[in-house]
Amino acid sequence: MTSENASSVEITALGKYYNNFHALKNINLSIPAGKVTCLIGPSGSGKSTLLRCINFLEEYQEGAVEIDGQVIGLEAVGGRKMSARRLREMRRSIGMVFQQFNLWPHMTAQQNVAEALVQVQGLSKAEAARKAVAALEKVGLGDKTESFPNRLSGGQQQRVAIARAVAMEPKLMLFDEPTSALDPELVGEVLTVIKDLASEGMTMVIVTHEMGFAAHVADQVAFLEAGELVSCAPPAEIFRNPSDARIKAFLETYHARNQF
Amino acid sequence: MFSWSTIVENLPYLLQATRFTLLVSGLGMGLGLVMGMVLCVARLSPIRWISRIAALYVSFFRGVPLLVQLLLAYYFLPSIGIDIPPLWAAVCSIGLCAAAYIAEILRGALIAVPHGQAEAAAALGMHPFTIWKRILIPQALKISMPSLVNELIMLVKVSSLVSAVGIVELTRMSQSISAATFRPLEIYIAAAAIYLVINLALAGLGQALEKRLDY
Repeated sequence: MTSENASSVEITALGKYYNNFHALKNINLSIPAGKVTCLIGPSGSGKSTLLRCINFLEEYQEGAVEIDGQVIGLEAVGGRKMSARRLREMRRSIGMVFQQFNLWPHMTAQQNVAEALVQVQGLSKAEAARKAVAALEKVGLGDKTESFPNRLSGGQQQRVAIARAVAMEPKLMLFDEPTSALDPELVGEVLTVIKDLASEGMTMVIVTHEMGFAAHVADQVAFLEAGELVSCAPPAEIFRNPSDARIKAFLETYHARNQF
Repeated sequence: MFSWSTIVENLPYLLQATRFTLLVSGLGMGLGLVMGMVLCVARLSPIRWISRIAALYVSFFRGVPLLVQLLLAYYFLPSIGIDIPPLWAAVCSIGLCAAAYIAEILRGALIAVPHGQAEAAAALGMHPFTIWKRILIPQALKISMPSLVNELIMLVKVSSLVSAVGIVELTRMSQSISAATFRPLEIYIAAAAIYLVINLALAGLGQALEKRLDY
């Protein structure tokens, strides 16, 4: 896949405040097109907040997030908020998958996927339905198209959510702890789907606590702590030979937790 | 002795009066639902003064007894030169008061829809109007249905208050007939049965709607 179908993201001097709380401090991060970037770090470190700044679900106050050279959320000049319409246009090519799936409970799996195709892309209902079924087949749910979310397992729901985002043919996919709300035995099926998507050359940013997954799939791993980007490096370096004591400490608690 | 014939003889009068009960509560419901929706949107408005006015409205109409509101409308409006027939004063009072409650029921239901629902839609680039129409309102409607039916049933019952402004609806008619026949037990049992039938029908309608909205 060429970079025409995959976005690059450039985060420069990003700062984010919740009232007086400094949630993100001077973050500089390059996310190359077609690559997988995993964000790791202790809870409360700001990794989800950083991810949510990329599609401006979270507003930031300093610096900029540029997607293919275009600042999202704010006007490039003057720093005023960009028009809602422009923001919606930019979001069309950014898919997002949430920890809590956020499927719409009053719609079937197929309707969940087709909804934005009709409402945002303006496809006909028939065309949207066809695309929705194809997207669901791709995540292994071809037999669940008519099921409502409450009839699906957590893993299946998350795969529907992935299909909903992917059906829009985004150039960038954001995953916010996609397996954290799942029973352990259901994590694998979701990670497999994400891994398959990664191999297609889509740009992906994944907030995760699955270190094994990050080590295998990521092209680069960014470690955050207390709102700061401590390090961004290839997974081998972060996991095998961490330069910073904070990363070492984090990985040690992670290993300790997973021993039995 | 329980006198069935008293009920049978007076049933036509009771049914005649029931028409006013239905008229006042039906129109009151319609007005209340429409006004309630408008108020709910106003209360949720990000524009401060709009939501303030809506909150003030709710406080007043929820805080003052309906009977007092009715009497106020009945005496106050003509005194400032607005001459409306008692029936319309009654419908307006009931509708405006119900609107305050309905607005809060709808607001509660909208707040109960998890934030992530709208967020997922916004992340896909959906227009706020579409998010309301396709994602939030359908879910809020289902959540609000039990309380909404409750409120509408309550409304049918409080419609008996409009007799205070001279409208002869079911309760007022029952009072008159029982005074004339000295048969209050029979008449009030008949009136109770009529109210019950109306409200069972409403509850049934609500249940059918709830089922349709089920997922």
